[in-house]
Amino acid sequence: MNYWNKAIETMPLKDIKALQLKLLKKNVSEMYETSKFYHDKMVAAGVKPADIRTLDDLRKLPTMKKSDLRENYPDKLFVRPYSEILRYHVSSGTTGKPTVVGYTRNDIENWSESLARAFTSSGLTKNDILQISMGYGLFTGGLGKHYGAEKIGATVLPAGTGNTARQIELMLDLPVTAIAATPSYMFHIADVCDKMGVDIRRDTKLRVGILGAEPWSENMRRKLQERTGILAQNCYGTSEMSGPMFTECTEQKGIHVWQDLCLMEILDKNGDPCADGERGEMVMTMLQKEAFPLIRYKMGDISTLEWEKCACGRTHPRLQRLSGRTDDMLIIRGINVFPSQIEDVIGEMDFLAPFYHITVDAVNYMDSIAVEVEVTKQALTDDMTKMEKMKAEFDRRLRVVLNIKADIKLALPGSMPRTEGKAKHVTDNRKYD
Amino acid sequence: MAKEHMIKQLSIFINNEPGRLAQIAAALKECNVNMKAFNIAESSGFGVFRAIVDEPDRALKELNDKGIVVKETNVIAIPMIDRPGGLLDVAKAIGEANINIEYGYAYSTKDLAAFFFRVDDADAAVKKLLASGIKVLKGNEV
Repeated sequence: MNYWNKAIETMPLKDIKALQLKLLKKNVSEMYETSKFYHDKMVAAGVKPADIRTLDDLRKLPTMKKSDLRENYPDKLFVRPYSEILRYHVSSGTTGKPTVVGYTRNDIENWSESLARAFTSSGLTKNDILQISMGYGLFTGGLGKHYGAEKIGATVLPAGTGNTARQIELMLDLPVTAIAATPSYMFHIADVCDKMGVDIRRDTKLRVGILGAEPWSENMRRKLQERTGILAQNCYGTSEMSGPMFTECTEQKGIHVWQDLCLMEILDKNGDPCADGERGEMVMTMLQKEAFPLIRYKMGDISTLEWEKCACGRTHPRLQRLSGRTDDMLIIRGINVFPSQIEDVIGEMDFLAPFYHITVDAVNYMDSIAVEVEVTKQALTDDMTKMEKMKAEFDRRLRVVLNIKADIKLALPGSMPRTEGKAKHVTDNRKYD
Repeated sequence: MAKEHMIKQLSIFINNEPGRLAQIAAALKECNVNMKAFNIAESSGFGVFRAIVDEPDRALKELNDKGIVVKETNVIAIPMIDRPGGLLDVAKAIGEANINIEYGYAYSTKDLAAFFFRVDDADAAVKKLLASGIKVLKGNEV
């Protein structure tokens, strides 16, 4: 078994907890002094840095939510000056307003370190050629994995997304041994390989896939592995944490969450810790993040941690498959989509009525989103050119806000179901079993 | 002047599903609506049933009351002679008046054949046609 950082990765839990407490105390003191936002929160909760004496005292600290990030847009939660910030990434947000995240040099270093450990645990070495078929740019997926792969000395092919046939040609020619992508894009690549007459097992050297940025199931993994012969590794991370950070080891029994970087709590509806093995909301405290620290950040994702030492020798607990969210966020092809964003765009269009339905599907594991919305009686016209123009305007605006293309269908006034109370606006036909 | 030459067409919007036309036809029957001409077109998501009817105002109100999605659209009607070349005379006249047709359909009976069509600016089109000496039917002539 190869390790990237054996001392940390196999550190006894007792020592990990001691390290966590040390890092937490430092983190909380710094936040109390430098973050007006968190200072005020701590004052309101009646807790001072000196009150944090044990790891259990973490529970005295106030939590942070996605809405805190939104309300402090773009950078009010940063605690370091611009001169120390090396990079921004930006993720799509709930109300058309994105979330901006910033990184110091140490933040980039720790992010890369986290992925270097993860990639090594997935069996990658400096001898691998990793094709990164994820978005570069504002999205954290491309650049994050790029740095992690370079750190272990692997050769990176920064392919980005799109132009799948060309990606496959490069995969054959270079020859690529590992790929980072969303699971749905990996299925798409497999489909295009079929069309091109490329047999991934026979014709390529591909053996590992680092797949994440959207929820997927064990079933999908099994099918993908059977179909392509690659080791399909689950990867997790969100832009608030830095980006993709953790993967499974080759045991494929859950994602190792490096406890020196990220202290993860699993809490029930009342905010109390769940019993071991019980599922609850994941709450992160980033222990070494500098530019944009997070203490007890409620992710909205639901899962559980397996604390038993892994057969690979690593002591860090393993995050199990995500089983949903506490809010209504949808993840479509790796992009966060909130129904409220769609509702907002509908509100902007004076020819649309607020009666709509969103249908999410996965065909060949490629996510699709369809929006059906009523036209107002006033705007309805038998001039089809005008109707097409309205549809195109909605389509354009929706694409700008969501960063994703939705299939749009205009419906007749009165044709969408009316419900009393909370309307069910979303049907998600994807299966996560 | 142009106003009396406007023909009130009912545009009934229907979901593109089997059985919807029969539903609309039943509603037309229940409202005792007599049709002179109609056509059915399809657009993305739903269809439009366009009809020239007797007593369009009453029909509009009663269909509306039944929850049918219906709107009134002004179209123009030009009489045609029921013989080979009848359409050519009309089409030439419309073309020479530099009028662009959005859609159109025809009907013919023993007494009268007519071409109904919709243009973007019906007022202007009627004025042009009349100025070129083309006969344009009035609402009470169809």
